[in-house]
Amino acid sequence: MVYLTRKAEFSASHYYHNPEFSAEENQRIFGKCSNPNGHGHNYTLEVTVKGEVDPRSGFVVDLKQLKETMSREVLDALDHRFLNKEVPEFFTAIPTTENLAIAIWQRLSPKLNAARLHRVRVYETPDLFVDFYGEA
Amino acid sequence: MKAYLTRRYMFSASHRLHSDAMSDAENVAIYGKCNNPYGHGHNYTLEVMVSGPVDEKTGMVCNLVGLDEFVRGQILERFDHQNLNTLPEFAQAVPTTENLCVLIYDILQRGFRGAHLEKVRFEETMMNSFEYWGQNQVIE
Repeated sequence: MVYLTRKAEFSASHYYHNPEFSAEENQRIFGKCSNPNGHGHNYTLEVTVKGEVDPRSGFVVDLKQLKETMSREVLDALDHRFLNKEVPEFFTAIPTTENLAIAIWQRLSPKLNAARLHRVRVYETPDLFVDFYGEA
Repeated sequence: MKAYLTRRYMFSASHRLHSDAMSDAENVAIYGKCNNPYGHGHNYTLEVMVSGPVDEKTGMVCNLVGLDEFVRGQILERFDHQNLNTLPEFAQAVPTTENLCVLIYDILQRGFRGAHLEKVRFEETMMNSFEYWGQNQVIE
């Protein structure tokens, strides 16, 4: 089993707000992230796939195909978007980095054929990242 | 949905690697330049990894404000700009980054209630890093 990781970057804006919370609760729990005008990040995405090395190609996965899948399924949908207003997953769920990692997993997982998805890592800033392994 | 969240912190401290259980010659042989009697310093990068289900209401594994407060109060304020050898925690133990890793893990494990602690990782320099997972299994 070999693991292969591909990185990509995207920039997006978001804010944190739960309509079930009072204004005070939103402010207390989400702090400056609750500003309804939103704010932005340069996100770094790392997608790790796993599989056996194909004896003929020497590849775990065709990197070009993986890059295209990531571009089509993830970057085209998220890059330079206001997540709360433009990405369907976040019309209801709060676009935290946790939920972003889960959403990216759900977008990619069914579209990868040769290799299996192992981990989705999303850096919101260089000092904060979330890993999702598809665990329930 | 279980997710893993990692937060990075930085602090600067000095240390000297020296064990009273060994002769001076042995200390030099084992610790090399880290045994310099005057000590030396590092900019340490501390990574704290926590895990748990993503809360449906907040979308979060762990409230970062709480984690930041705990790390600032219990770790950064205690260790930043200190000589590690002078701290009571290192009165007996050599302040290697391995021992520092285990110590910080224990402080978080005993005191932080905001999420399940998975791992503490230290970068001592750009070229070396140390991890301690406590009793947990390392993820494949």
